[in-house]
Amino acid sequence: MKGYPRKDGRKGIRNVVAVAYLVECAHHVAREIVAPHRETAHVIGFPGCFPNPYAQTMMERLCTHPNVGAVVLVSLGCESFNRHQLEEVIRENGRSVETLIIQRDGGTRSTIEKGRAVVSKMASELVNTQTVPLEISDLVVGTVCGGSDGTSGITGNPAVGRTFDMLVESGATCIFEETGELIGCEHVMAARAATPELGAEIRASVDKAAAYYATLGFGSFAAGNAEGGLTTIEEKSLGAYAKSGQSQITGLIKPGDIPPKGGLYLMDVVPDGEVRFGFPNISDNAEIVEMMASGALMTLFVTGRGSVVGSAIAPVIKIAANPHMYERLSEDMDINAGRIIAEGAEVDDVGSEILDLVKRVASGEPTKSEDLGHTEFILTYKSFEPIGPACLPI
Amino acid sequence: MPAIDPRLLLLSRHDNVVVVRSALDAGDVVTLETGTARVQERIGLGHKLARKAIARGEKIIKYGATIGSALTDIAPGEHVHLHNVKSDYTPTYALAASEEVPK
Repeated sequence: MKGYPRKDGRKGIRNVVAVAYLVECAHHVAREIVAPHRETAHVIGFPGCFPNPYAQTMMERLCTHPNVGAVVLVSLGCESFNRHQLEEVIRENGRSVETLIIQRDGGTRSTIEKGRAVVSKMASELVNTQTVPLEISDLVVGTVCGGSDGTSGITGNPAVGRTFDMLVESGATCIFEETGELIGCEHVMAARAATPELGAEIRASVDKAAAYYATLGFGSFAAGNAEGGLTTIEEKSLGAYAKSGQSQITGLIKPGDIPPKGGLYLMDVVPDGEVRFGFPNISDNAEIVEMMASGALMTLFVTGRGSVVGSAIAPVIKIAANPHMYERLSEDMDINAGRIIAEGAEVDDVGSEILDLVKRVASGEPTKSEDLGHTEFILTYKSFEPIGPACLPI
Repeated sequence: MPAIDPRLLLLSRHDNVVVVRSALDAGDVVTLETGTARVQERIGLGHKLARKAIARGEKIIKYGATIGSALTDIAPGEHVHLHNVKSDYTPTYALAASEEVPK
């Protein structure tokens, strides 16, 4: 495998131009700049006009993500986002960056033209980026499940768990999340923590999630779950939890925290403090974006009902848990984990199949969602306190 | 010890339940490590059977972890679900007396 070396020592598996809008008012211009360059440039951005430290950190991490080779910032001009600080961080990280300001640069048409010229120039320069050998231990892989059904927890999720075990054993960094759907798993998870203090932090993060969701007022177990064979809330949570495999849990991080070394990390995605800004993650891509901000180079996405999304910046490998859904949506699915129930395939074998694909995707092979042009991205308001020292034991 | 039935899936060697990966009909005979058992009712994809005898009050283990407690003694091969298991956290909400069996 070959990777793109970055100034901070990390390596990318893609080399895209990120075109980042800094308020929704600049979104259209950013989208039009990318339109003729969809193979090489992806749109990311933050829609809000009001300042938010979480969004600032997320945008800094995303614009300096290892898969990003260069950045174009698209500002309307009067929004609150600190574009000066963002541009400085990107430049310090050794990326070429250009800021367009619609109100200064002559409006929509002229900013689009200017932006397209900048992207063309950056893309032609990125072709010459020298690559270096990429090891498994350089990989940072996230996992998410969405559109889950009764098959997710017995096929796709355990298979990803095996893939995670193999990756962690080889020194890679793996991230799992959704603390709100890990209610009931806190004791098993805490027992897998590298230290008792980290175990206590993990328990506290799930307690926080339980309280947060209780305030929002929705339950996490539907009648349909029982019809599909799930008996209790803890069984449902464990199905999602199976994605994490069996490795020791190395640390607890929050969105944007970069894991300091290889291992398995739990990401706490539920905001701190009183309930503000609505639901923690309004759709699956919000979770993918948060893991990317912590350096995930790609995401393993397990789906039972059949999600079709991909992502800007980092490839998404889609793993079909349900064999019947796979037959309908095979053009969107990279892996058929449904064959574990349909054909009696071994979980280990599907885990190895996913690992092989991870290596090929890291080497540049496009995923189904990349081929189909999926570049979904969403970032909304949140607020977090920094993690405590017990979260990353040395 | 006979190998486990190919229609059943053992997720962790610590488990006392196995998952049905191909729907079973009443009267079907399944092979467990402890011997054979006759299925008493239709059991759908994704549902669970007892891998061994489970005593009332014993923890139900799936994925190598506790998913609840047995409400009754459960025989090997018996359907393990809402009628004989309770959550150790919050009661499970389900539509009462549903006769529907998922595919």
